[in-house]
Amino acid sequence: MPHDGHDHLSSSGHPFRKDNDTPLTYWQLMEISVRELMITKGEFSSTEINKQIEIMDARTPANGSALVARAWSDPEFKKRLLKNGAEAARELGFDIGPMHLIAVENTEHVHNLIVCTLCSCYPRNLLGFPPDWYKTKEYRSRAVKEPRSVLEEFGLVLPAEINLRVHDSTADMRYIVLPMRPKWTHEMNENDLARLISRDSMIGTSIIGSNP
Amino acid sequence: MNERKPGQSWHDMGGSSFGEIPKEDHDFAIWEKRVDALLVLSSAKGHFTVDGLRRALEDMGENAFENMTYYERWISAINQNLIEAGVYTIQELGDKMAEVKQRGQTYGSAQGGEA
Amino acid sequence: MTIPPGTSITIKDSAQPGHIRTPYYIRGKTGVIERSLGEFKNPEQLAYSLPSSLYELYRVRFKMSELWNHDIENPNDTVEAEVFSHWIEEYNNAT
Repeated sequence: MPHDGHDHLSSSGHPFRKDNDTPLTYWQLMEISVRELMITKGEFSSTEINKQIEIMDARTPANGSALVARAWSDPEFKKRLLKNGAEAARELGFDIGPMHLIAVENTEHVHNLIVCTLCSCYPRNLLGFPPDWYKTKEYRSRAVKEPRSVLEEFGLVLPAEINLRVHDSTADMRYIVLPMRPKWTHEMNENDLARLISRDSMIGTSIIGSNP
Repeated sequence: MNERKPGQSWHDMGGSSFGEIPKEDHDFAIWEKRVDALLVLSSAKGHFTVDGLRRALEDMGENAFENMTYYERWISAINQNLIEAGVYTIQELGDKMAEVKQRGQTYGSAQGGEA
Repeated sequence: MTIPPGTSITIKDSAQPGHIRTPYYIRGKTGVIERSLGEFKNPEQLAYSLPSSLYELYRVRFKMSELWNHDIENPNDTVEAEVFSHWIEEYNNAT
């Protein structure tokens, strides 16, 4: 692409995104080069790359919130979700690809927490990219040994009588927490419920709290 | 406190104690999203699997984990796997990198494709 | 044969180098099969673009006290991990 000297405009006439104006790094240079080699070799097209980025951008925690809100509102759906999370997600129309999903249910006696100690496995085909903290060595190392201390850092003090189950995503499964529905929400409809359900409550580092 | 047992790789972190969890989060830049897409499309083509990506990431070592960003490590590992799979050669990559570098000083001016 | 849920099993205590998805902290430890997950290819082969046969994958539940001795927050807390069948020691299925 010829450089026309207008540092802040792309060839389309739109301003470059901010992240495009920084000095080219070695690894960005490699990304451009690998991408162009793959296109030249006929492996895939730039359209396919843009399409894939759009697919990933459309995957957000709101997908999980909708799943949880449905499970809270429909006992039969909840049964199907707990039996096979992936099939339940597909039933709601989410394109999660080949992902295997297990939903683990929080109850009055059990709290669940998701981690990947070996890398950063996360149900990204449903919820999108994981938060940065999920990928840190601090979270990955401590969640399987001192999970209660981890939860306290997230502002969640778990009573001793609650059984904490930590799930280490070591192989082909991905996990989502089905948070406990607070009693004060008993009259709310599915859409309003979905708005209450945060990303972190589906990882297990938070719960749905009291009436705001 | 964080001494590793024999046979415990640096990435095998469960049970170590690395201190307080940093909570800051960030959105991804377009080049990072493109790296992510390169993984999905390359593995869909059957050139390697996510296990191949992880293996390359692990073999890069702890120093890379500490000093490179997430998607910097990913593009390095993707490239490693594509070269091993024979999709392109090291020479082809070198020539392409030299060509791209001539285009400009910023990612925006060098990125090619649709801006 | 698939190991039934509830069976007590021990993870192999080996330490070979390479791409391994059995974290060190469960190696040599005893847990209980929570459920079987179906058959999957072995990441130890896939990581090197080598062919793989299928192995049964299990979710295994461990008590914190088994993993970390006495250095634990709560004796009732557990950790579950996915473990491939070739990492599970021969077990006594006399039931």
